[in-house]
Amino acid sequence: MPTLTYRDALNQALREEMQRDASVFLMGEEVGVYQGAYKVSRGLLEEFGAQRVVDTPIAELGFAGIGVGAAMAGLRPVIEFMTWNFALLALDQIVNAAAKMLYMSGGQLRMPIVFRGPNGAALQLSSQHSQAWESWLAHIPGLKVVAPATPADAKGLLKSAIRDNNPVIVLEGEMLYNLKGEVPEGEHIVPIGKADVKREGTDVTLICHSKTVSVALKAADQLAEQNVSAEVVDLRSLRPLDETAIVESVVKTNRAVVVEEGWPHAGIGAQVVDIIQREAFDHLDAPVQRVTQADVPMPYNKHLERAAKASPEKVAAAARRVLYLE
Amino acid sequence: MEEGRLVKWAKREGEAVKTGDTLAEVETDKAVMELVARADGQLIKVMVAEGTTVPVGNVVAYIGQPGEKVDGAEPAPAAQKGAQSAVSGAREPTPPPTPAPVAVPAPFDATRVKASPLAKRMAQDTGVDLKLVQGSGPGGRVVKRDLEGVQAVAPAAASVVPRTADRAPRTGAPYEDVPLTQIRKTIAKRLAASIGPIPHFFLTTEVDMERAAEARDALNKQLGDQGKVSFNDIVIKAVALALTKHRACNAWFQEDHIRYWNEVHIGMAVAVEDGLITPVIRDADRKSLLEIGTEARELAQRARNRRLKPEEYTGASFSVSNLGMFDIDQFTAVINPPEAGIIAVGSIVAKPVAEGSQVVVRRRLRLTMSCDHRVIDGATGAQFLKTLKQMLENPLAMLL
Repeated sequence: MPTLTYRDALNQALREEMQRDASVFLMGEEVGVYQGAYKVSRGLLEEFGAQRVVDTPIAELGFAGIGVGAAMAGLRPVIEFMTWNFALLALDQIVNAAAKMLYMSGGQLRMPIVFRGPNGAALQLSSQHSQAWESWLAHIPGLKVVAPATPADAKGLLKSAIRDNNPVIVLEGEMLYNLKGEVPEGEHIVPIGKADVKREGTDVTLICHSKTVSVALKAADQLAEQNVSAEVVDLRSLRPLDETAIVESVVKTNRAVVVEEGWPHAGIGAQVVDIIQREAFDHLDAPVQRVTQADVPMPYNKHLERAAKASPEKVAAAARRVLYLE
Repeated sequence: MEEGRLVKWAKREGEAVKTGDTLAEVETDKAVMELVARADGQLIKVMVAEGTTVPVGNVVAYIGQPGEKVDGAEPAPAAQKGAQSAVSGAREPTPPPTPAPVAVPAPFDATRVKASPLAKRMAQDTGVDLKLVQGSGPGGRVVKRDLEGVQAVAPAAASVVPRTADRAPRTGAPYEDVPLTQIRKTIAKRLAASIGPIPHFFLTTEVDMERAAEARDALNKQLGDQGKVSFNDIVIKAVALALTKHRACNAWFQEDHIRYWNEVHIGMAVAVEDGLITPVIRDADRKSLLEIGTEARELAQRARNRRLKPEEYTGASFSVSNLGMFDIDQFTAVINPPEAGIIAVGSIVAKPVAEGSQVVVRRRLRLTMSCDHRVIDGATGAQFLKTLKQMLENPLAMLL
């Protein structure tokens, strides 16, 4: 199986879907001539031409709205945001137009659109450009939200997103674009709504998604040195959530730690904990712990930034707490 | 424990306190315990005067920030048992206070068991009584690991004849619950109906203490300043070792089952000013004479000062009561339920005894065992006493 970076896996998914279906087109800032701020659209303008790889002005609300209209007219737009921090300007189109169109048209207007771009903190981009938006987006009925952690899942989930007849949010990890991994060639589809066990274990379940999967895997390595066997469950899809996978793992390990890049208040982890307490109550040996970004705007200072982020050490410490080891 | 008397405040209003600081001494029905702070701050309001008795869970003081107001923190009228309420009831009602209330600890409340949901389900599946499990989680929460290895009630098919006379297996489980057989249930019911709730019977034997005395003298000479071995220590050690060979006597009567202990925890009756209490020497069979002696003296001293913690005077599997120091030759002790037996130790008396055809003077000790007939039958108790007698008459037998 070929080894690709996360960005090239996304590129492969876009290319394959654009080859497969002429109604698929890509639109966003710098996606054409510049080949994408993160080079996800490398070579696409050359292959598919300016009608299907469209450079836009710096006007997120505008081009998101053009995408919504195109989807209503029967095309399959892929809207790239340079980062999800900028997509705030387009939330009216995403939340009030795309998410509600099928419902408010009485089922007459489908909305096969993908909104994608990098999400979460990178390094020293400060408060306004270091945010994880998944809990905002997963809150909205009518949207599907995926957040792949590996190149293979990035390809498989983007292909599923493009083929879906509903609006799908694809949250790409800003720090993951250079991550390498094996990616199946051709028709590789990862279904939306299915979590994936990235590491099997018996003592505690670490539930995570996107960049925090690598954080949890490092924590699992640290815990293994202390004879603790941690299971790492990658949610992959945040709406719908794979409740079965979450519950199955917690029933096995009796303990859970939920890790995310976002803030603690009303975060994705809060939703996961709700599922666990309701569906696995009699299997819990300890209250579920959460590891999140500190409840502050992301500091610019690099030491403070590091202290504010979820880390393998914080995850391992939380795991030891649910195991009553400290 | 349902209520406690606030004996003495260790901190005064206005003093700074840290988590873990002793705030006050609280007297329960068994001991005087320390009430410790569970928050940092200032002791801003004391709600209960010294000498007052208050129910468990009642607010006795507030810890907060300097200057913080605790109006409205009136003690509940029902809380006052003594007449020495420090606060009058004349204040106007105001919203509830923000500082963390400090409640009288309830270490001995066996009615509420804290257990994780998983532990509760495991206990239900296996028939383990959570009240009897020591929780290792925060605040004594019973968690999964506390139940792993705990013996469940044995399945009915395996309960035909409990092999109680076996040596206690050292399996890691602290005890084994054996359900009552029908005949045992009938014995229990009939004997209990005949004399009081616990059908006592008594077995007395006289032990020659010459060799034990020689051994004790030699040990004490060797120890010099390092400590002293007493006859009581030797008796406790011998009782503990004999119990390991007669598990049938190291047991608790538990209404619908008998609990045969695999561990030996000896309760040691100690007279205190207003009664008696039995601090426990745990795993006495595995402790050296010197360890037993040191621990016995330390526990007795703290018992007399009423400074024992609840876990130090509960959980004995068998007891020893000694009135030898009062020149009592022989007496019968009352069983401390749910234990099934207790040994009453008299004084060592030099007396003429026949040795072959000669009359010689020997130091002799009379031991009387009280047995709960629901658990221990006459022959069972007699066999145990015989082993105990052999160990005391020939201390080397303790090594067997």
